Amino acid sequence: MKKTIANVLFLILFVILVIGILQMPTTASTNAPAYNDIVYHYINNGATDTNAVNLIAAILADYRAFDTLGETIVLFTSVVAVGSVLRSTKYDKEAKENE
Amino acid sequence: MNDIIIKNITRIVIPFAQAYGIFIILNGHISPGGGFAGGAIIGTSLILYTLVFGREKGKKKFSHKMSEIAESGGIMIFVLIGVIGIIMAGSFLANQSAGFPQGELGNILSGGFIPILMIAIGIKVASTMISLFNILIDEEKV
Amino acid sequence: MKEIIDIIVENINYIGAIALFLIGLRIVVIHTNLIKRIMGLNIMGTGVFLFFVAIGNVTGGVVPIVDPESANVIYINPLPSVFILTGIVVVVSITVYSLSLVIRIYENYNTIDQKELSDLISEENNDH
Repeated sequence: MKKTIANVLFLILFVILVIGILQMPTTASTNAPAYNDIVYHYINNGATDTNAVNLIAAILADYRAFDTLGETIVLFTSVVAVGSVLRSTKYDKEAKENE
Repeated sequence: MNDIIIKNITRIVIPFAQAYGIFIILNGHISPGGGFAGGAIIGTSLILYTLVFGREKGKKKFSHKMSEIAESGGIMIFVLIGVIGIIMAGSFLANQSAGFPQGELGNILSGGFIPILMIAIGIKVASTMISLFNILIDEEKV
Repeated sequence: MKEIIDIIVENINYIGAIALFLIGLRIVVIHTNLIKRIMGLNIMGTGVFLFFVAIGNVTGGVVPIVDPESANVIYINPLPSVFILTGIVVVVSITVYSLSLVIRIYENYNTIDQKELSDLISEENNDH
């Protein structure tokens, strides 16, 4: 019963979101709003600015390299966080000895 | 795992997988790919080695110390290149104005520091994948 | 009828992205197994990636690798692809961190079911 109500609610949500999507001004062409001036700048000047042919690498490692630095720091933080959760600390060992 | 088929196939496959990963990292700026994809391939090959030959042998190939060095070394190379940009051109991670050798457009030696950054990212991603896997499978009962 | 089918075919990327997102959300809401919830979170993330990449799509466009010899080529939007690389890293980090928390929860409570977990925690609180 609960699951049926949830499924109906999700179907309603799906219909609402699809109606919202149909209002998007996107036609998968260069007229789309996401295809704006900065993209033209990257495409026209990217090869001469960075001397790399692959525009994605040029944006990733030159125009937005600071973003990529943050990305690697996210990876580093995840390793530190997982290690701090799973590695046993000296408090754990003391608690085990006290038991 | 003590299956002779899996062990032999793994021995054959791993060098090719790692060579392919290195190829993708080094060609990141002239073809699809880059540091993240190539690093993931190399990390997956190391995970395959640990899965097939066991944790003890995997530890010998890629120890905890080595993963620590690779982990922080990747970020250190990245930040070092940024600091070179500050010294030479006045802004963090400056490429052409900092005077990095540019090379010819479309060659493998082009793009200033982009290949070096891709190598740094590749080292970082590969070591992160293998060390996350090792931490998750190391059973350390509290 | 034909118009509706045309609209669906035109927007099939977005509809697929929404479907993936809602499948993931349904798994997160309905299932009580924590591992299944993490899987649902991953599927939700995939839906968002598909949405971003669909925004950058251009009909008849080519991969954004500049060829200096051939002019008048339409490239797809390279910016969403770059953002998605960041997104993939974040999803991997979140997945591993939640998996490590699940391992700790299983060591402490011997269950990974959300309902049993809530019962155990409320019993513990009543004891004190």
